[in-house]
Amino acid sequence: MGAAAAAWPFISQMNPDASTIAAGAPIEVDLTPIASGQDIKVFWRGKPIYIMNRTKKQVEEAKAVPLKDLPDPQTDEQRTKPGHEQWLVVIGICTHLGCIPIAHEGNYDGFFCPCHGSQYDSSGRIRQGPAPANLPVPPYAFLTDTKIQIG
Amino acid sequence: MSGPSDFQPSHPALKWIERRLPIMGLVHSSFVAYPTPRNLNYWWTFGAILSMMLAVQIATGVILAMHYTPHADLAFRSVELIVRDVNFGWLLRNMHAVGASMFFFAVYVHMFRGLYYGSYKEPREVLWILGVIIYLLMMATGFMGYVLPWGQMSFWGATVITNLFSAVPYFGESIVTLLWGGYAVGNPTLNRFFSLHYLLPFVIAGVVVLHVWALHVAGQNNPAGVEAKTEKDTVPFTPYATIKDMFGVSCFMLFFAWFIFYMPNYLGDADNYIPANPGVTPAHIVPEWYYLPFYAILRSIPNKLAGVVAMFGAIIILAFLPWLDSAKTRSSKYRPLAKQFFWIFVIVCIGLGYLGAQPPEGIYVIVGRILTVLYFAYFLILLPLLSVIEKPRPVPNSIADDVLAKTGGKSAPMVSTVIALMVAGGLLVGGSLDARADDHGTKPPGQKWSFSGPFGKFDRGALQRGLKVYKEVCSSCHGLSYIAFRNLADTGGPGYSVAQAQAFASDYKIKDGPNDQGEMFERPGRPADYFPSPFPNEQAARAANGGAAPPDLSLITKARSYKRGFPMFLIDFFTQYQEQGPDYVAALLQGYEDKAPAGFNLPEGSYYNNYFPGHAIKMPKPLNDGQVTYDDGSPATVAQYAKDVTTFLMWAAEPHMEARKALGLQVFVFLILLTVLLYFTKKKVWANAH
Repeated sequence: MGAAAAAWPFISQMNPDASTIAAGAPIEVDLTPIASGQDIKVFWRGKPIYIMNRTKKQVEEAKAVPLKDLPDPQTDEQRTKPGHEQWLVVIGICTHLGCIPIAHEGNYDGFFCPCHGSQYDSSGRIRQGPAPANLPVPPYAFLTDTKIQIG
Repeated sequence: MSGPSDFQPSHPALKWIERRLPIMGLVHSSFVAYPTPRNLNYWWTFGAILSMMLAVQIATGVILAMHYTPHADLAFRSVELIVRDVNFGWLLRNMHAVGASMFFFAVYVHMFRGLYYGSYKEPREVLWILGVIIYLLMMATGFMGYVLPWGQMSFWGATVITNLFSAVPYFGESIVTLLWGGYAVGNPTLNRFFSLHYLLPFVIAGVVVLHVWALHVAGQNNPAGVEAKTEKDTVPFTPYATIKDMFGVSCFMLFFAWFIFYMPNYLGDADNYIPANPGVTPAHIVPEWYYLPFYAILRSIPNKLAGVVAMFGAIIILAFLPWLDSAKTRSSKYRPLAKQFFWIFVIVCIGLGYLGAQPPEGIYVIVGRILTVLYFAYFLILLPLLSVIEKPRPVPNSIADDVLAKTGGKSAPMVSTVIALMVAGGLLVGGSLDARADDHGTKPPGQKWSFSGPFGKFDRGALQRGLKVYKEVCSSCHGLSYIAFRNLADTGGPGYSVAQAQAFASDYKIKDGPNDQGEMFERPGRPADYFPSPFPNEQAARAANGGAAPPDLSLITKARSYKRGFPMFLIDFFTQYQEQGPDYVAALLQGYEDKAPAGFNLPEGSYYNNYFPGHAIKMPKPLNDGQVTYDDGSPATVAQYAKDVTTFLMWAAEPHMEARKALGLQVFVFLILLTVLLYFTKKKVWANAH
């Protein structure tokens, strides 16, 4: 018991320190400059977040995919906010080994990871390659129609 | 084998010490009187070579740590400043970086030797397992060391490898956050890796002591695989093994020095001369060559968790080898089937290494899967099966018999295996070079450079003209932030005097301050100032240039490369071809086409270049005939400008290149003499033992 308790500080110190956690506070992003079909990359907690203003075609493709074709089944509705379906907000870190996928590449109108060839669709869902899961959606909310808060 | 020593020092003072701490007796019994089998071949010298490499790595590493700054914003620059400004910093850094590769090369030979001669079998199981632990520690140390220069490959290698732990069910993400000390690889990660990279070599040294201890309890194995029984089977460690080891070490140092002085970047990756950028992933993330076989296993398996388990399993399985292979005969020399399968296994490992460097697509994935299955089948199916069904040939009665039987001198197999290993090693290394750079551009034509080859020197005229081209053309967009004005007067540089460098500096306006009023001010440049960059930061550079920031040119000739392909990379090892970067830069400067070829969709604001990966470059054609006036009568053509400025940039990337090659020559003369002398000494010492 004592030994385990004494070991705890030595392990716990490895976790993110107070300043790192503080720097990971929520951020606000203005969406007005992003035209349809374009995307921006912002950094939150040291992670790149893709904010993509999807075209009608991309949204329709994302909605049309039958769930049984997906390795990690999730509907497009589960990955976007109601009323703001054209906006896709995902953490741009490949769920395989953490590389940054390139937007608007690959066979599914979404993302392509240059490291090990994983391909994500226009909803950021894994479609092909070694990655086991979809690109995660970070916690975010629409403050107004043109502004979101990530975190 | 090593009982209590009967060593008695004669000097009274030494006697006094010896009675209280019998250290001289320990050394004497372990390294002087210690009986070693008389039939050991040169594969057994790799133990001594590894001890030397560990010492070299610790010595150079401790010194580098005195000059290195483990901070995400400063690490890359501090490594470059070690190479440029610290006395012999370039030498120590090359020794340490190349030394890691040499250490792994030697350990692989050592391991394959153990595998071939059955050195893991009873009673040497613990000895073997300690070796596997050392190997694991080496891998951890090597990985963390590669992160410290904080280049692109450092950063992304760290990201990929730490992410392996996210495959652990339930706790994966928490473990990875714990390793990073943040939400991504960052400064806390670099700090702890530095701390551990400094610590682990001493842990390795500790386990090496246990390894040697276990070795001296069980005694050395030998090519015949029979235990030493009588005096006739052994020779004392000193002078016999000592001189043989020294000769082996000296041969190895020749190999080592070839890399240090003539091809320090052959084993590295050009991308690691680009500072780490968390926003851009390099096109191919390739680990150092010594991890490639395991990387190939990881990628062969489509399931993430299973891939990680297989990768670690491929190493851990070695620890169970003594029980997987229960054949009574140790040495594969007397096992006709095991011998053949051993060589197939070596080829499988090298094949996996080659695949680890290839992009994970098409045929490479399929072959990778086959080889992964073969790798595990060797240990799990083949070795247990062979121990049952194989009929070994009779082993000699004793080591003495073995020595007598082959006094005919059978050295041919040894030579051929050395050659086979060299080719194989080259293939492995070449595979990793293969994966570098991008394959979308056209291969640049090879140029003749004054600085290539073992005696290469910079052409002073070209350096001075190149500086002029940089100043008048390139510097409006590209920085040169690692070069200070004082460097222009350095030996091995453009050959200006100190006064000329000072005059050159004073033409520049340098921002300094704050002054007593707390304001920043401008003053004329001094020799100690660095070339000012045209843009205050990367964002400004990006915004002013249509989204593509012009890279700093200080390291550009080392940070760019292109695929050499088989068999060129093998030939490169012998011809010391190191000029991929300069060839590429010179070709790029001349590779502009006015119109993109039909069918090529050139994005707006881009220009077509034959050699740029993807062909669409944001930089407009920078050089035109007659743009820069030369005072020395050299032709004012684009070809000449490109050649001169590339020569200048090669110097900027490696200002001490001439010193490196000059010292290399002296070291080689010395080492060759030493090796020859050691060879004849060894022959003399062993004359009465054969």
